[in-house]
Amino acid sequence: MLSIKNLHASIGGKEILKGINLEVKAGEVHAIMGPNGSGKSTLSAVLAGREDYEVTEGSITFNGKNLLELSPEDRAREGIFLAFQYPIEIPGVSNVNFLKTALNEIRAYKGLEPMEAKDFLARLKEKQKLVELDGKLANRSVNEGFSGGEKKRNEIFQMAMLDPCLAILDETDSGLDIDALRIVAGGVNKLKSKDNATIVITHYQRLLDYIVPDVVHVLFNGKIVKSGPKELALELEEKGYDFIKEEVGA
Amino acid sequence: MANEILEDQIGGEYKYGFVTDIEADNAPKGLNEDIIRFISKKKNEPEWMLEYRLKAFRYWLTLEEPHWAHVSYTKPNFQDIIYYSAPKPKVQLNSLDEVDPELLKTFEKLGISIEEQKRLSGVESRIAVDIVMDSVSVKTTFKETLSEKGIIFCSFGEAVQEHPELIKKYMGSVVPYTDNFYAALNSAVFTDGSFCYIPKGVRCPMELSTYFRINASGTGQFERTLIIADEGGYVSYLEGCTAPMRDENQLHAAVVEIVTHKNAEVKYSTVQNWYPGDKEGKGGIFNFVTKRGICLEDNSKISWTQVETGSAVTWKYPSVILKGDNSVGEFYSVAVTNNYQQADTGTKMMHLGKNTRSTIISKGISAGFSNNSYRGLVRIAKGASNARNFSQCDSLLMGDKCGAHTFPYIEIKDKSAVVEHEATTSKIGEDQLFYCKQRGIDNEKAIGLIVNGYCKEVLNKLPMEFAVEAQKLLAVSLEGSVG
Ligand SMILES: Nc1ncnc2c1ncn2[C@@H]1O[C@H](COP(=O)(O)OP(=O)(O)OP(=O)(O)O)[C@@H](O)[C@H]1O
Ligand SMILES: [Mg+2]
Repeated sequence: MLSIKNLHASIGGKEILKGINLEVKAGEVHAIMGPNGSGKSTLSAVLAGREDYEVTEGSITFNGKNLLELSPEDRAREGIFLAFQYPIEIPGVSNVNFLKTALNEIRAYKGLEPMEAKDFLARLKEKQKLVELDGKLANRSVNEGFSGGEKKRNEIFQMAMLDPCLAILDETDSGLDIDALRIVAGGVNKLKSKDNATIVITHYQRLLDYIVPDVVHVLFNGKIVKSGPKELALELEEKGYDFIKEEVGA
Repeated sequence: MANEILEDQIGGEYKYGFVTDIEADNAPKGLNEDIIRFISKKKNEPEWMLEYRLKAFRYWLTLEEPHWAHVSYTKPNFQDIIYYSAPKPKVQLNSLDEVDPELLKTFEKLGISIEEQKRLSGVESRIAVDIVMDSVSVKTTFKETLSEKGIIFCSFGEAVQEHPELIKKYMGSVVPYTDNFYAALNSAVFTDGSFCYIPKGVRCPMELSTYFRINASGTGQFERTLIIADEGGYVSYLEGCTAPMRDENQLHAAVVEIVTHKNAEVKYSTVQNWYPGDKEGKGGIFNFVTKRGICLEDNSKISWTQVETGSAVTWKYPSVILKGDNSVGEFYSVAVTNNYQQADTGTKMMHLGKNTRSTIISKGISAGFSNNSYRGLVRIAKGASNARNFSQCDSLLMGDKCGAHTFPYIEIKDKSAVVEHEATTSKIGEDQLFYCKQRGIDNEKAIGLIVNGYCKEVLNKLPMEFAVEAQKLLAVSLEGSVG
């Protein structure tokens, strides 16, 4: 589904990603861990097409298409969803209106008619339940005045509504209380299928108890320096990143 | 439907920039007493009207153009303007068949279908329209339906002929010709406009609307609107305006007066879309307008709602004098400037009566190299006990070459007053846009969504038909301003 080869990206002339290689297949869950500033959010921003970053080398193929040639909105329409580490507020625009616009734009791209109002409402209800989102939040302006945890939950709600092919969750667990973590993770698991894939970026192995990854990658200084089974996350939690530094001789 | 709107937006150019090829009956260029006599004669006016004009003109001659607004432009040459231009032939239009087909085409392009209006007239219709092209009113619809209720809705010129007692009583009672430079000019040379009178206890059953169109080149448009709601009366009034794209600057200097008697209410909504000039700032309308209402008696209410997207330079402060006790004044405004547009707009709320309340919500949006200023005055007179005002002035910046300014003035002469003022300035963020795009929404739609969200409180005040129009307009005006 996703194939990243030797990806280099920089911002303001400063290289952040220094040769990333990553293969994600349909049905898989990949976890990416790594110290602060190692480039995790940068990688997700580059995948989503944020223009501030310049890709200087390498390639990204997504479902057979050259992702780097697509605009951010087309990437989203092709099925890439990014749950932001810091979700953005849009005052005056209701969540419902926002999602309706997004959903219908994605449908239009696929040559589909806008969704019928009643189908849309039904879907809204169903997905709201899935992530146990308060009905009031759905009607409020996008993320405006939401608590940190509510914003994160809203990201997963949007993901459920838009039904992406590849979801990238950038520290969706941070800021969630224990119950919310369980609910959000449960939601992600329910949305999992053999046709879609998830990349989970996290600092805590706790989340990986709920969303069990097929592979764990360690991103360090712009490179994936180690990949392994889910036990790698445990090891990291125990030993910290120092042993990785030693291993890669940094 | 949604796609059509989208295509419209992507088109992005000023949609109303066409010129209608209609023969016009023009006055010679220039301004002097003879020109004023010419206009008055053309309009077959009574002597008192001519006298009023001449008095205003003589006063105007003693004035100098105001400089205090935060705008800069080349002064219009008042001798280089045509003060009267009428589409020919000027006939009393009694049926649709008499309307010049070129005019009909114009209306269709403007999205005003008289056919449609006519078709609806038997059934449930919601908007009556008065259309003013250059200097004259060319068509007023639904006059008969309205007159059954005693409502007078006609061109200003007609009102001078048919209802001189009302004109004499109210004209200049809110905006005297001595008020300011452009009000004096207007009082001297105004050519037409709309007049509306709502009798005692009548709620106007439909929206009344005036559509202003500048068509001829080299002309100025100087119209007057006078709206009176007698005791317990109610009317919602809409104003729209467009002009062709021309390299020259054309002057629009209008006067609008509103009077509400006891328990009466007038809602006045404007979608101002005069030609703003091109991307380099060439051409466009100078929009110097005096709009004021007076809540003359107790428990009456006046609200101004405006969506300002057009004009090269705008200078306009729709205001309310709250004279009657318990009267209410409201001002809801969205002002958009892009490219080299300049707007200095806001309101004045003058509290004279007891327990008077006013609300000001102003949303400025600046893009390109434009300048957008809010200027507002809240004055609480001595004896206006328990007066309250709430003001909120928000500015939204798109890009970093534009300017937003707020000039709030507050004068409180009564200790019991409660005045609150809030102001914010924000930038339309790359982050917000990227967030939308990441959800599959393209740049244009994203800007539309964000801007409409920002203006929601104001747009909500507009009548339905206008709100949709205004939303589209906002998106078009900001075309290409970010990203
Ligand atoms: N605009 C910018 N200019 C310069 N450096 C930047 C810019 N944006 C990000 N960086 C740098 O890029 C590096 C990677 O940042 P990134 O946000 O990808 O880290 P991260 O792995 O997501 O960290 P965290 O765990 O704290 O979320 C950091 O050192 C950051 O300071
Ligand atoms: Mg990060």
